[in-house]
Amino acid sequence: MQKSEYQDCRQKKPRFIPWLALVLALALLPIIGIIKGNFLSHVLVMILLNASMAQAWNIIGGYAGQISFGHSVFFGIGAYGAAYAVTTLKITPYPGMIVGALIACVVALIIGYPTFRLKGHYFAIATFAIVEVFNRLFMIWDTVGGAIGLDYPILKDGWRNFTWSRTKVGYYYGALILFALIFSIVRTMEHAKFGYYLKAIREGQETAESLGVNSRRYKLLAMALSAAMAAFCGAFFAQYNYRVDPSMVLSLDMSMKFVLITILGGIGTLWGPLLGAAILIPLQEYTRAYLARLGPGIDLIIFGIIIILMMEFQPRGLMGILENLRKPSRALVKRSNTNSVQNNRPKGHLGGKQ
Amino acid sequence: MSALLEIRNVTMKFGELVADRDVSFNVETGTICGLIGPNGAGKTTLFNCIAGYYKPSKGEIFFKGNRISGLPPHAITKLGIARTFQVVKPLKEMSVLDNIMVGAFLHHSGASEARKIAQYCLSLCFLEDFSDKPAGELPIGSKKRLEIARALATEPSLLLLDESISGLTSTEIHEMLEMIRRLRDKGITILMVEHIMEAIMPLANTIVVLSHGEKIAEGQPQSIVHNQEVITAYLGEKFVKKMNMQNQIMLTDAGDKKGDTP
Amino acid sequence: MSLFFQILLDGLWSGLLYALISSGLSLIWGVLDVINFAHGEFLMVGMYVSFFLGFLFKMDPLISWVASGAFLFILGVLTYKLVIKRTLKMAMAPLLASFGLSMVLKNIAMNRFTPNFRILSGTFMEGKVISLGSVIIPVPNLVTAIFSLVILGILYWMLTKTRFGWAVQATAMDPEAAQLMGINTEHIFVLVFGLGGACVGIAGGLLPSYLATHPDVGTLFGLIAFIVVALGGFGSIPGALVAAILVGLIESFAGFYIAPVFKYIAVFGVYLVVILIRPKGIKGW
Repeated sequence: MQKSEYQDCRQKKPRFIPWLALVLALALLPIIGIIKGNFLSHVLVMILLNASMAQAWNIIGGYAGQISFGHSVFFGIGAYGAAYAVTTLKITPYPGMIVGALIACVVALIIGYPTFRLKGHYFAIATFAIVEVFNRLFMIWDTVGGAIGLDYPILKDGWRNFTWSRTKVGYYYGALILFALIFSIVRTMEHAKFGYYLKAIREGQETAESLGVNSRRYKLLAMALSAAMAAFCGAFFAQYNYRVDPSMVLSLDMSMKFVLITILGGIGTLWGPLLGAAILIPLQEYTRAYLARLGPGIDLIIFGIIIILMMEFQPRGLMGILENLRKPSRALVKRSNTNSVQNNRPKGHLGGKQ
Repeated sequence: MSALLEIRNVTMKFGELVADRDVSFNVETGTICGLIGPNGAGKTTLFNCIAGYYKPSKGEIFFKGNRISGLPPHAITKLGIARTFQVVKPLKEMSVLDNIMVGAFLHHSGASEARKIAQYCLSLCFLEDFSDKPAGELPIGSKKRLEIARALATEPSLLLLDESISGLTSTEIHEMLEMIRRLRDKGITILMVEHIMEAIMPLANTIVVLSHGEKIAEGQPQSIVHNQEVITAYLGEKFVKKMNMQNQIMLTDAGDKKGDTP
Repeated sequence: MSLFFQILLDGLWSGLLYALISSGLSLIWGVLDVINFAHGEFLMVGMYVSFFLGFLFKMDPLISWVASGAFLFILGVLTYKLVIKRTLKMAMAPLLASFGLSMVLKNIAMNRFTPNFRILSGTFMEGKVISLGSVIIPVPNLVTAIFSLVILGILYWMLTKTRFGWAVQATAMDPEAAQLMGINTEHIFVLVFGLGGACVGIAGGLLPSYLATHPDVGTLFGLIAFIVVALGGFGSIPGALVAAILVGLIESFAGFYIAPVFKYIAVFGVYLVVILIRPKGIKGW
């Protein structure tokens, strides 16, 4: 038995200094003039927002291994919360954001309680059935604008209204705060009891139960936390976009965004969501802008092809690619038995033990 | 003083199939109790009842005087019963130490405390060399020890070992037995299901024998070995009859021979 | 009373259409344990094939369904070989890869054919109806429903009475054991994906006679197919039939007696209720 074959995989506590440095560096970008009102600034804001969304999903989809396609419900609730506060109640969006996050938590618990009994594909399908139900309910709910949704009036720039019309600096800092908060929470959780328990549930729920883990309680907590974070992201989106409607925020496509960025970046890893957003969002945005002459949908065709290739060759995403670059021997060991029959049936932990 | 674990008239049915029928026995604190019996006797089913994976169809299970039958697995572990699985279930993508830490977190919420406990269990089970390796890549003997280390980290009063010795090389068996003895000496009560007689007979204080779901014998190892019903259960009636007949013939031969001497 | 029958029959035709679309998915899910997220887009492709054959060459859907079916058989095989096969090692990876495929197919259609709704006019069955008293039966829906029953019947016969079908069932239950018994599971996977594609392709081939073709047409059908298969039990053709008819009836009755927009709230809502009471669906292997 050669010990050198097995690579170390122990949970290494992430160091604080590099994290602080990253956040500070990002915070400095506006000051040195990179963030203005231009397209690059828009892309940077989108990267931070999507990284936050992806990290929120990562808690339940990555660490706990429950692949849910229902996060647009939470996103939508947060978005509508903020939008309703601003357009209908005519106040600042913050109370709407908080109420939205709370409602999202409650909805997460109500949805989670019965659906967490479902396994694998059945759970996934149930989550998109839920999205479809919410989508249509909001379509007929006149108080929030029905199918038309809610349109923002013209508001004074500033933190009170959380809208800015000429420059993106305010939005950038807002997104940075969101990003920093969400990532800090996940960073802390990863190394603590909560994180260990979620991973244990993903790796083997029955085993985790035998070690005293109340898997239902922890899955619900993870879902609620994830939902609240997704709701805040939705609220930000509403403020940035100046409007919400069901087809935009309560759609399966929006749900897939949460899932795909995390998976392409590296599911269940701390930096996967950021990496995924940092590569895919610019790709999508610049493709859409500069290849528009080729017709609509080119960005999504490219995105789709990337997903296919990733799932075939590196399901662990960009983090997996980086890992293989750093430790080639592990990659070789893993690939040595691809011809056996066992490999023709789905297994492995991308979706948790079923 | 009541025993640590009391199994009272436990019957476990799956539809019409009766896996365990009216099984009763006690496990005293600080002892090693061996649960043996031929394949299909209902040993693992009984384990699953104790550990909370099944609720007994009839009968009850008491632990430290409190009823535990019907509680979910995680609650039972919290009360102080930990188990290993016959088919090992390492948390594959997590390191060995992290695996054990999951167990340690049960009674210690802080990560550094949990790590210390985990490291202690790691060394108790001779797993230091594998501390940071992914659990899925260990050889089977080490995986079995990991099962035990993980269960130990939950600080149980009663440890349920399900065939922890089968599939091991003779050196590994030796290490495992030594480890189990060490655990008992530390005050942990152990109930183990085992097939390998040479291993469990010298180790256990009491033996309970199941056959076709029923308890057919209980007592000290030496008496079990000579128990007619146990032998019949393992070797079958025909063989036993044959053995008895041969014994008779041998005795009469000896008698004849005696008669021959002038 | 006749209104009730009208709604009942409308639901029946819908349901049988869903059954045909879902049968392919049920097979694929049953044998490979894979949810083909691009299933709705397969339908869309089938519709475009049939539409263009009709639009460019005046071929009637009653004939071009063969082409659609064949085209989708090939697309199914290619999907398995190029997209699905290498993702089988990780649970959920085939689902996500097929989602990528659905994005690609939908946006190629969007890009090449514009989002415009395409309606095929001048087909044989267009606008024809059969009147039974005051109940109206649109001929295209009826014909599609009949096709559905016939094809489901053939599928069921094939699965239960032929050697090929038994090999498929064996592979579905335990691919390793099937291999050990000399079944080439790789061939089975390829054929099943092809067959599954063909079934939904045939449905797509017939649809332009009464539905508009556009890039998003497949999405909702795809979702309904997932619901139907999850309810009916993956791998079960009779289960898919029963579940599909149930879904069609719920859609029809909810749409009339509550409100049109409630059609799918009811369908998805009922699905959620059922699946939470019986996590494995109504029937399945």
